[in-house]
Amino acid sequence: MSTLHTVNKSPFQNQTLISCLGHAKAGDSVLLMEDGVYGAMSGNAMSEVVAGMGANVKLFVLGSDVTARGIDAGRVAEGITSVNYEEFVGMAASCDRVQNWL
Amino acid sequence: MSEVKKFLYVNRKAPYGTIYAQEALEVVLIGAAFDQDVSLAFLDDGVFQLTKGQDTKDAGLKNFSPTFRALGDYEVTKLYVEQESLDERGLTLDDLQDIQYEDEDDDYEEKPSIIVVSRAGMADVMADQDVVLSF
Repeated sequence: MSTLHTVNKSPFQNQTLISCLGHAKAGDSVLLMEDGVYGAMSGNAMSEVVAGMGANVKLFVLGSDVTARGIDAGRVAEGITSVNYEEFVGMAASCDRVQNWL
Repeated sequence: MSEVKKFLYVNRKAPYGTIYAQEALEVVLIGAAFDQDVSLAFLDDGVFQLTKGQDTKDAGLKNFSPTFRALGDYEVTKLYVEQESLDERGLTLDDLQDIQYEDEDDDYEEKPSIIVVSRAGMADVMADQDVVLSF
């Protein structure tokens, strides 16, 4: 039993990512998309928080939203897996539920 | 007869700054017609939706907070409220509306609809659902 969580807000805008990571269960997947991808970057004020709170979940980022924002793939933090739309759909189909954090 | 599923409506936004809270309530009322196992979750700024004494007259807004007290009539009787979200905002259960439902299995005794849970407890509630709808 696992949940796919999606986060589409920047962690610099509000607490959505923090709240998501605070409620996700071990083994859940968290996909950062749209402005949520800023939470996947290394070397910023949120990086350690995300790495710490996300230690027990699988972190993913939607690659097309990363490139759309001019973020170099090398700036995506270690341990965060980049996925495309097809893989996103596959993740949604294979989990028990999807919870969107708006 | 179709299978009854567990639906959770997640409320994370304060009541009047955006339309999310009011829309969530509309969807809950519509969804109540489908005889599913419905719960509501209130966390983060969503706990502000349940405060008592809301008076929107001078602001020119529709005060939809009394609707929460009518949910019991639609068999929506589980309103999970996160303790940490209350604490962070300096709120206690006393600051929230007294929301009750009549338990038809217990001689229509009035029982509280609000269930205060810890953050970990809220995570358990979320993980126990078939469908999670966020607002």
